[in-house]
Amino acid sequence: MLPFDFEYYRPQSLQEAVDLFQSLQRQGKQSMIFSGGTELLTLGRIDLAFTEAVIDIKDIPECNSLQVNEQRLLLGSALSLTKIEEANVFPLLTKISSGIADHTAREKITLGGNICARIFYREIVLPFLLADSQVLLSGPLGERIVSIHDVFQEELRVEPGEMLIQLAMESKYIRAPFYAFKRRQQWETGYPLITIAALKIDQRIRIAISGLCPFPFRSQEIEASINHKGRTIEARIDGALAVLPQPILADVEGSAEYRLFVLHNLLFDVLAALDQVQG
Amino acid sequence: MTGQTKGRGTLKSFTISLTINGEEKMVPVMASDTLLFVIRHHLGLTGAKPSCLNGDCGACTVHIDGRPMKSCLMLAVEAAGKKVTTIEGLQGTPIQQAFIEKFAFQCGYCTPGFIMNCQALVEKHPDADDQTIKEWLSSNICRCTSYAEIEEAVKSVLKKK
Ligand SMILES: Cc1cc2nc3c(=O)[nH]c(=O)nc-3n(C[C@H](O)[C@H](O)[C@H](O)COP(=O)(O)OP(=O)(O)OC[C@H]3O[C@@H](n4cnc5c(N)ncnc54)[C@H](O)[C@@H]3O)c2cc1C
Repeated sequence: MLPFDFEYYRPQSLQEAVDLFQSLQRQGKQSMIFSGGTELLTLGRIDLAFTEAVIDIKDIPECNSLQVNEQRLLLGSALSLTKIEEANVFPLLTKISSGIADHTAREKITLGGNICARIFYREIVLPFLLADSQVLLSGPLGERIVSIHDVFQEELRVEPGEMLIQLAMESKYIRAPFYAFKRRQQWETGYPLITIAALKIDQRIRIAISGLCPFPFRSQEIEASINHKGRTIEARIDGALAVLPQPILADVEGSAEYRLFVLHNLLFDVLAALDQVQG
Repeated sequence: MTGQTKGRGTLKSFTISLTINGEEKMVPVMASDTLLFVIRHHLGLTGAKPSCLNGDCGACTVHIDGRPMKSCLMLAVEAAGKKVTTIEGLQGTPIQQAFIEKFAFQCGYCTPGFIMNCQALVEKHPDADDQTIKEWLSSNICRCTSYAEIEEAVKSVLKKK
């Protein structure tokens, strides 16, 4: 039971959800998109989240799409992580997804909810950053399709009332060679010390990371150094470590120094797995 | 309630239809009630256990349409129109028998949650390999550390299947 009451709405269409948001706004009520709902349920219980109304988007058909064909993969934001894993349409995505929380919790956690979550790991975004995905957003100003790089900078930055509806990528990415590893402080479930995801496409390695900084990211500078062929592997990794975004996290999971040590080794693993591979 | 076809009521409180252990019930709930709270306090089914209330421990695991769910991570109103099974709805199943035979519990507090998860596992993956078993069992915590016996219980049921 949460320590406050709220109104609950379950729109059946995108338009209904957008209208609801606007109507609640006109009434001066604070509202929240509710996908898996785990953020409100876990943070609300300890007074770290509050809302006057929730808009549960799980019945909106577009948010439940899962389509794969020769050209592209398209995923709805309300798909649970276990549904995505069972479909196993993009092995790198399956791998990253299956490291998040635990199997039963992933029955509830959704793709869009993890990308938009306040808790900053947002690990599921990593494959989408690597695959230069497109995102479909819908809000009071209408629908728009944009590159994930235009709207995801540390977190999803959208207009008030705008919802993440779908993500799509070209199918060439789902077949590309990849490497992914989630290093935890201990045990085999829970938040990461560092999660790294890498993919090789057009003979270049792409890298995205969660758990190193207080946001997930993909960095052109790191990739430039890692792909600098004329240099030794050690020099390429040192070059990457010199251009990391800041700050480096130092918390109960590990100190900044330890994280950098772990990242150094993970970059070796990425190169060992992908450097000589055709991709 | 806009768009909500499976429940009736005001915006903050509803009467929802739940099929609980095979029986259809109309249940009054507040939007902010978790499914765990409603199962225990409105329906009097105390098998699902409150523990971390944060989705970590799995003691409150039930089935929603045959899939495992931590009932502290779900609002009761989200379960409207769905089939909910609690430990009270499992009777004389092979996994319950195997827990007894393999001594797969000590204090027993986590046992209902574990059994619900294990039951969903053996139903969904009758050929589960070690990796799948480990992945599913990692969803629940046993403070008495009966993990080896629980794994044995699952494997004994899978073997019989
Ligand atoms: C036990 C447990 C362990 C966890 N471990 C991990 C882990 O290891 N790694 C990790 O990355 N995460 C982990 N998480 C998940 C994470 O912290 C969030 O709770 C979760 O990702 C939220 O997903 P959800 O689908 O429940 O989203 P919700 O709770 O529904 O939403 C999360 C936020 O996003 C907004 N939102 C949701 N959908 C949309 C949308 N379509 N458009 C716009 N805004 C939207 C909501 O308003 C809310 O603010 C864990 C969670 C739990 C409960």
